[in-house]
Amino acid sequence: MIRRNTIPFGPQHPVLPEPIQLHLVMENEKIIQALPAVGYIHRGLEKIAEKKDYIQDVYLAERICGICSFMHSQNYCQGIEELMKVQIPDRAKYLRVIWAETHRIHSHLLILGLLADAFGFENLFMRLWKVREQILNIMEKTTGARVILGVCAIGGVKRDITPELSDYILRELEAVEKQLPELMDSLLKDYSVKQRLIGVGVLPKDKAHELGAVGPVARASGLRMDLRETGYAAYGDLDFKMVVGEAGDCYDRTMVRVKELYTSLDLIRTALKRMPQGPISVAVKGSPPADEVLARIEQPRGELNFYIRGNGTRNLERFRVRTPTFANLPALLHQLTGCELADVPVIAICIDPCISCTER
Amino acid sequence: MVNLINSIFRKLTTPTECLRYPFVKRELPEGTRGRIDIEIDKCTFCGACEKRCPSNALKVTRDPKSWTLNPYSCIICGYCIEVCPKKCIIAHKEHYSPNV
Repeated sequence: MIRRNTIPFGPQHPVLPEPIQLHLVMENEKIIQALPAVGYIHRGLEKIAEKKDYIQDVYLAERICGICSFMHSQNYCQGIEELMKVQIPDRAKYLRVIWAETHRIHSHLLILGLLADAFGFENLFMRLWKVREQILNIMEKTTGARVILGVCAIGGVKRDITPELSDYILRELEAVEKQLPELMDSLLKDYSVKQRLIGVGVLPKDKAHELGAVGPVARASGLRMDLRETGYAAYGDLDFKMVVGEAGDCYDRTMVRVKELYTSLDLIRTALKRMPQGPISVAVKGSPPADEVLARIEQPRGELNFYIRGNGTRNLERFRVRTPTFANLPALLHQLTGCELADVPVIAICIDPCISCTER
Repeated sequence: MVNLINSIFRKLTTPTECLRYPFVKRELPEGTRGRIDIEIDKCTFCGACEKRCPSNALKVTRDPKSWTLNPYSCIICGYCIEVCPKKCIIAHKEHYSPNV
């Protein structure tokens, strides 16, 4: 006899880094419907942004997410710069790319570690996070903080990378790259890991497009969408090559993230090599005009959108945030439908959920 | 099997990654944004830092002359250091102690 049950998955669950609840409607061990319940960590950031000065909002935007914080401040600054028609120095663009890519590496290593933990490979989890420590050390040494860097400002950046620091970064990246192949082999070639990932949570290309999936989730399904190809900041000069998967399952999503680690390492090296000399910021005076702008950037999880509307004063009229996890939730629900209960943690982790960004 | 034995020997001969805290403390790099402090003799109590602080952690009054930082609200963003006309606000490498 088939019995129908509803199981609450989350908001407190060992594999979930952040609180989201999924109501799983089950028939025996099979999920026939998944319904999300969000709203556990809503902070009202968009409303606070309207009350603060547009320069204070840089620090606020940076705190939307605790993992890819630099990219939030970068996107906000790019939006305001476009609104106020400010041209930032080339060196600042390169510095932004370097810090954004270190953030991408640490974010990918974080989620790959959590994925290893989700399918019970705790040793791999710890070793991936050990490598991540070195990336955090790079950020700490160059900016003075480990995650919330606080170096992005409207008109450029606040700190420079000296030749000594550049050498230090290159040395650390080499040490990181030496450790990666062994770990990535465990992640991609291990028999039991493959059993847990291949064919699990399949999202076909047409469905990914229809549900508006973004980032590695969309790229793993074969969609060629990566905003870095548009050449914002300094990406246009760095020979960026997009990583695209085929099958759209959890294995391909992991593979896309692994390959992106190497892409990011290359991007940082190229940026350090080609970074021009010159100033790192320009003075910005005045207030954002009564106009609107949609700022877009490629975050580790996908496309991040900020809608910014000014009103001629130092306060913004409206600040709206659309994060990649929000765009990937319909894709997650589609993947969960029809899967086994034991696969839910792996599928949920594979979209790289960041709920505190999503709820703002 | 050879890989496994290699790996075991490598790990046995590699020193631990962890520091033996509290006997060995981690060195913070130069430029770490830690505790915010003020050189009160230089301060003119203009209130520029209080006005710009994103988290309203600063209170400045001219009469009586006082500059107070709420360490629980401070997000150590360093905006006050940038806007101070007398450059009398400084960031130490060390962070606030837990019993501040």
